[in-house]
Amino acid sequence: MADDVLVYDDEVIIKDQGYDDHFHEHDHGDSYKSNFVNHYIFSMDHKIIARQFLITGMIWALIGAAMSIIFRLQLGFPEESLTWIKPLLGKWITVDEVTGIGTLMPEFYYALVTMHGTIIVFFVLTAGLSGTFSNLLIPLQLGARDMASPFLNMLSYWFFFLASVIMFYSLFLSTGPFSGGWTAYPPLSALPQASTGSGTGMTLWLMSLTFFVVSVLLGGINYITTVLNLRTKGMSLWKMPLTIWAFFVTAILGLLSFPVLVSGFFMLICDRMLGTSFFLSEIFIEGAALPNVGGSPVLYQHLFWFLGHPEVYIIILPAMGIVSEVLAVHARKPIFGYKAMVFSILAIGFLSFIVWAHHMFMSGVNPFISNFFVVFTLIIAVPSAVKVFNWITTLYKGNIRLNTPMLFAIGFVSMFISGGLTGIFLGNSAIDIQMHDTYFVVAHFHIVMGVAAFFGMFAGIYHWFPKMFARFMNETLGKIHFWITMIGAYAVFWPMHYIGLAGVPRRYYSFDTFNSFDDFAAMNQFITIAAIVVFAAQVLFVINFFYSIWKGKQMKTKNPWKATTLEWTTPIKTGHGNWEGKLPVVHRWAYDYGKDGIDYIPQHIPLTEEEKATEAAH
Amino acid sequence: MEVMSIKNRINPQLFGLWTAMASITMMFGALTSAYIVRQAAGNWLEFRLPDLFIVSTIVILTSSVTLHMAFNAYKNQKEILYKVGLAISFVLGIAFLVLQYNAWMELFNTGIDMKINPSGSFLYVITAAHAAHIIGGIAALTLALLHAFTLKFEYTDQRKKRFQLVLHYWHFVDLLWVYLFVFLLLYR
Repeated sequence: MADDVLVYDDEVIIKDQGYDDHFHEHDHGDSYKSNFVNHYIFSMDHKIIARQFLITGMIWALIGAAMSIIFRLQLGFPEESLTWIKPLLGKWITVDEVTGIGTLMPEFYYALVTMHGTIIVFFVLTAGLSGTFSNLLIPLQLGARDMASPFLNMLSYWFFFLASVIMFYSLFLSTGPFSGGWTAYPPLSALPQASTGSGTGMTLWLMSLTFFVVSVLLGGINYITTVLNLRTKGMSLWKMPLTIWAFFVTAILGLLSFPVLVSGFFMLICDRMLGTSFFLSEIFIEGAALPNVGGSPVLYQHLFWFLGHPEVYIIILPAMGIVSEVLAVHARKPIFGYKAMVFSILAIGFLSFIVWAHHMFMSGVNPFISNFFVVFTLIIAVPSAVKVFNWITTLYKGNIRLNTPMLFAIGFVSMFISGGLTGIFLGNSAIDIQMHDTYFVVAHFHIVMGVAAFFGMFAGIYHWFPKMFARFMNETLGKIHFWITMIGAYAVFWPMHYIGLAGVPRRYYSFDTFNSFDDFAAMNQFITIAAIVVFAAQVLFVINFFYSIWKGKQMKTKNPWKATTLEWTTPIKTGHGNWEGKLPVVHRWAYDYGKDGIDYIPQHIPLTEEEKATEAAH
Repeated sequence: MEVMSIKNRINPQLFGLWTAMASITMMFGALTSAYIVRQAAGNWLEFRLPDLFIVSTIVILTSSVTLHMAFNAYKNQKEILYKVGLAISFVLGIAFLVLQYNAWMELFNTGIDMKINPSGSFLYVITAAHAAHIIGGIAALTLALLHAFTLKFEYTDQRKKRFQLVLHYWHFVDLLWVYLFVFLLLYR
């Protein structure tokens, strides 16, 4: 096919038709002098900051996943000795002197569950996913030199780093990190004497997350400002790739919901330190009544979930954007229903703000108010279904390249369907009477926002790895990674639905005293073994990632995937300012694949006379 | 450090500030919503707001007017009016904080402390969160003052834009206080 060798001479096109912003004529001051510290550490270049977010996120992902393996060992093999991890966990494993059997201390089990959630939700899937790809792609795909404020962008990463250091430090406290669940509900989070982790552990948790929110807000302000103000000539909002739409709406969600969490934290801190009673009322500890009267723990839950629900869309929207882009590029077809995709992103973003109480159906909220939240929760299925339909129709009759990014993108769609359907169960307040706080909930959110978001992230990493490091990741290892993760993730979470339907509660340390749950012992063992296998595959991915940075197959052409978006018109080793001479000017949308029999037409290629005529006719 | 842009119709920094203000608005929206929700649950101690709040409201409103005058004076290159207006706004900003502190003391002396009832806790927390944002504004005003009195007076677009950032933020925290004051008056 002649199309396969179709290569556009970007340099000539941009030189002839590009927009000259006189960027390289200016001296850009001290901030970009490239000594090592400025270039790789306190960098203001969005591409370096993206890589910083990615690698920090990967380290956290390994820590968070390793934690899940330890508590899965407890759940799958409660009778087995854990003495062998005593060198790692120290005093959190108690060894029976007579039998030599080591057991995980229940306090630390709760700390592991809490930290697993906090780390994966905030540090990996918010900072690691949105932080990485918003930073990398917003300026590159919009044709901007950098973010609106490179300095705030740098601060955004370093606040995240500070948050990371504090949280990491809290793991080594003698009383352990916070252990009251990632949602930090009072009274466990409000009373330092409530559990071992509620003292210093919780104080550090609050500090860490407050810095984290600062990071998200600084990032968000930058992303929104850049998208609205720094698009290149011709890049109207309706010509933006879906990735940018997704990052844009994600940033808006973060900017409007995280401050609400901060208010909640602020009140929580007052309860902890100043003796107020926002969230505390009539509590007895060891027989003695506390003076706090009149507070409401449900109030905290409202404030938390007003962030908490948009947060799951902050996690999943970037993954959706990445998947839309990867599917179109590797199916060699325009994304089906571009405008419908944009409107569904906007609809999901809007609806995400009015469904928060579905996390609280069984917390004692008024059942009549629940009705309202049930209805809006179920309505989210509509834009979600629109997206799924469009992804599948994009694949239909596509000229599909089944490479690793594409496999992960298709895997995302599969996970999103399986996990999304159980969301319809859980969105009903009546069904929640049976299902709440069971493994059914665990299975639902792990598939729909955990595994699915990771799949989106993997698709993005494999797809844009050449842009980040000018090399490719190993394709064989990538495919092994995909298949083990795909099958393994279902093996982990599918059985949990059955366990949950039977009413097995989440977060329990052991089910010794519940004879009715004995039947699930074998299933729990199976889940644990599957989890260990999946974890091993992720280690393989990390090895592949770092090996490929230095030893991967080199990128020889600028646009290896033959994609239409602007990031592939930059030099292979993209320097500061992204484009060497002028900026590309955009003439068409991001999805001209297979148009008029031509394999692909990048966004900066001018319209032909024929195309102009059809456009004018519309 | 500003990166070149094509669609520069609106100053990206000003736009960034507006998005930040949207974020702050959500924070106070959350606090006042929590106030309403908690109040509806009963066991709510009613008390009279300190009279000093009226004075502090007048002070902060005046400071916004003087700051705006200073901004207009800068644009019209009237050096004296610019410097005087800025200095007065700065003093009024400090005065607002002092008044807020005295209002808290007045309230505290009538027996409404932080712990007595969530109604009191809310009042202290909301006004303290607002005062923290005023401190941010005063920091910005301090920078503007330093510029005004240390740099040679000249009109540049860059300096106007910087001043504009301070101005918009100060108007914002001013309006925020008016909202909070009216809110606290209506929901008691």
